[in-house]
Amino acid sequence: MAEALLAVHALEAGYNPSLPIVRGVSIEVREGEIVSVLGPNGAGKSTLLKAIAGLVRITAGRVLLDERDITGLDTHRLVRARVAYVPQTENVFARLSVEDNLALGALHNQDRFDTLRQRVVALFPDLERLRSLAAGKLSGGQRQMVALGRAMMADPRLLMLDEPSAGLSPRLTRQLLTQLTRVRDSGMTIVMVEQNARAALSISDRAYVLVDGREEIQGDAESLLGDPALGALYLGAAPGTRSR
Amino acid sequence: MMEGMLSFAVFFLVFASFYALCSLGLNLQWGFTGLFNVGVVGFFAIGAYASAIITGPAYPDTLFGGFGMPFPFGLAGAMLSAGVAALGVGFVTLRLREDFLAISTFGVAIAIQLVCLNFEPLTRGPNGMYSLPRPFAGLFATHAFDNVLYLVVCLALIAGVYLAFERMVRSPWGRVLRAIRDDEVAAAALGKNVFAFRLQSFVVGSAVMGLAGALYANFQGFISPADFLPIFTFQVFVMLIVGGSGNNLGALLGGLFVWFLWSMSEQVMQALLPPTALTQAAAARIVLIGLVLALMLLFRPEGILAERRIVSREARLPRAPKR
Amino acid sequence: MIQYLADGIVNAALIALGAIGLSMTYNVLRFANFAQGEILTAGAYFTLLVVTVLGAGIGTMGPIAFGWPLLVSMLVAIALTGAVVLVVDMLLFAPLRGRNASRITLIMAAFGVSLMGRNLVMLMTGGEPFYYDFYIPRAFALFPGFEVVPDDLAIVAIAGLAFALLFVLVNRTSMGRQMRAVAENPTLARVNGIDVRAVIRWTWIVGAALATVAGALLGHNTQLRPEMGFDLLLPMFAALILGGATNLYGTILGAVVIGLTEALAVAIGLSGYRAAVTFAVIVVFLLLRPQGLLGERE
Repeated sequence: MAEALLAVHALEAGYNPSLPIVRGVSIEVREGEIVSVLGPNGAGKSTLLKAIAGLVRITAGRVLLDERDITGLDTHRLVRARVAYVPQTENVFARLSVEDNLALGALHNQDRFDTLRQRVVALFPDLERLRSLAAGKLSGGQRQMVALGRAMMADPRLLMLDEPSAGLSPRLTRQLLTQLTRVRDSGMTIVMVEQNARAALSISDRAYVLVDGREEIQGDAESLLGDPALGALYLGAAPGTRSR
Repeated sequence: MMEGMLSFAVFFLVFASFYALCSLGLNLQWGFTGLFNVGVVGFFAIGAYASAIITGPAYPDTLFGGFGMPFPFGLAGAMLSAGVAALGVGFVTLRLREDFLAISTFGVAIAIQLVCLNFEPLTRGPNGMYSLPRPFAGLFATHAFDNVLYLVVCLALIAGVYLAFERMVRSPWGRVLRAIRDDEVAAAALGKNVFAFRLQSFVVGSAVMGLAGALYANFQGFISPADFLPIFTFQVFVMLIVGGSGNNLGALLGGLFVWFLWSMSEQVMQALLPPTALTQAAAARIVLIGLVLALMLLFRPEGILAERRIVSREARLPRAPKR
Repeated sequence: MIQYLADGIVNAALIALGAIGLSMTYNVLRFANFAQGEILTAGAYFTLLVVTVLGAGIGTMGPIAFGWPLLVSMLVAIALTGAVVLVVDMLLFAPLRGRNASRITLIMAAFGVSLMGRNLVMLMTGGEPFYYDFYIPRAFALFPGFEVVPDDLAIVAIAGLAFALLFVLVNRTSMGRQMRAVAENPTLARVNGIDVRAVIRWTWIVGAALATVAGALLGHNTQLRPEMGFDLLLPMFAALILGGATNLYGTILGAVVIGLTEALAVAIGLSGYRAAVTFAVIVVFLLLRPQGLLGERE
């Protein structure tokens, strides 16, 4: 087995040093995997991604990308380290056109803009049609495509997604997950935080379950899916009965 | 010599009183309610002119005023006029976000100054209003004693305003004000009419600035538009920041301290510089006070006296994370 | 009446040049920069400094009473003004931003910078008005009953050129796109690899450049006084608010409305109340369309 692309060791992070939200989490993501980070509300899943992205202060632990220490990296240098992060909300520049959003994604890859754009459009053909519209005018599903497309324009090795299915209908969620597997197949590694555990596990290779800022359970997706006790404890209700 | 020192001290303290009152008024608006009023001098000017019109003599060239009424009527009229003006201004601007409020109040102060300068039938324009009655004048052989009495009046008014404000900010009313300042949305969610509370705070604070204006007018005996420039607002702000916004005692101390620095620097410069350089000297003092402000903002934003927590200990929560 | 219109347009061009910097700092740095007027003043005086050092006067261009010497001096002054603005940002605003200081703290700091700047100019010049050169405007009749001054036409043309350059910068360059991105969502901008500090530097520089142009042209048209920029602050704010605050073109349009309104105020004999009229326009607008002013939610 190859070395991990992303390795997080005993990470502690939060907004207030005396009250860390992430309290000693270690995860590993290998090249080409889709890894989900699951857990109930307030477990620290989103904060974990934000800490890796340099948006939340890390108070202890280390983050390695391909064995290089990127702990506490300036957020704007993350893209150059070839990590792209898609926040849960406000993840597109609403007043800018779809095309401008894509162009901003390729900020440090201007010379390869056309190639990168082709790859994105191949995956999300709708973006071609919507190119001159302001991203804020799009539907939730379309916006999510712009957000993913923008992130992919940075040509990242690692894509970090914060609740990509939030606010999407079950049908759009399924569509998005299919697209994510295709994104992975195009050569990217994905780590995503999800509320919708069953949906996330259906495309994941492995998953971690965080509870109260600590990682409680890890395993391959299939065995986690088949674990009824786990489902009752952490994974929320079955699909279709989700309340959000 | 001794007498000279004393009379200078009285003079100094009387002027400090004007600033202290404005600083208290601004503390209610900004320190306790979060309303950024860049138009302090406007309400100060309204108070001064209102009192001049109410207590002053009739001038041959004005169409209104010259009522020659006693001093207390001037004070009351000044508070009322400034309060009413604040009601109008606040009604339009207090729904805006803080930076638009700042711009609007800045505009109000300029508009008021232009009215003072140009609306001659009321204000005599650039000629100003003179021969305003000084209370206690003529009661004693020398001015020194009038001034002491005037100072006593000023201090009594300051004490009254201070005690009233202390009571107010500790009352449930004051609690709501602080809640609005710290989290407007949450305050609104608790069913508080945010706008009404802000308006009340704005009006009361401005009325106190008007009071200060009246005290100024009747002490000087002469006012003109040149007395009411944006630098005044700035001085009051520096006083409040230096003293500690959100703390009434800090507002008073800041007023005293900054006015002391200001007057001393004037004395020093007058002693050191030739009279021809006085324009430059005045400019240098303003640069100096600007520097004081910048350094305070950078290194001690909470002021000399930080805001006292009026919240009970068990009700206190760790500061919400900034997102 | 139509003559006042011409004055209004010139005034509008100068207000707009100054207000764009205001709009840019407002959107990218998120505070109302009360020191914008002094940036304009600094630009005017730096231009004077360069004109004096070069010693070549301000030249002429056909009927226009200024030429390359003034324009070159202005360009040098842009660099000087930009440098001063960046130093002030580094010493004062950047540390405050780093501490997550409130918007009001920034406004207050700007208010302080404004007073300091104005009085530093006063201190160094003694407060006497200065002129770039001896200049008597000579009007010619564009058509019967309507006279224009060639210099006024030149001012409007230069402003138009500056706006065109600004348009290209904002809409056609990567830095412009990054500015718009930071204005809208600084966090996402950082996530995207945008160096927000670089964007902030360019925001100051572009705003200062346009303000310098405004200051130099205003100085040529009238005189150089320490308060010249401060006196334009309220009209500039008015243009910003009228234009909807988040939109550069709105700001320019707002400036036109304010310029014409002020000209109208002068035309009907209210010249003493010019600034108050401006303010009244803001108030009326706020009353009619308060929601339009709140800009985008944050």
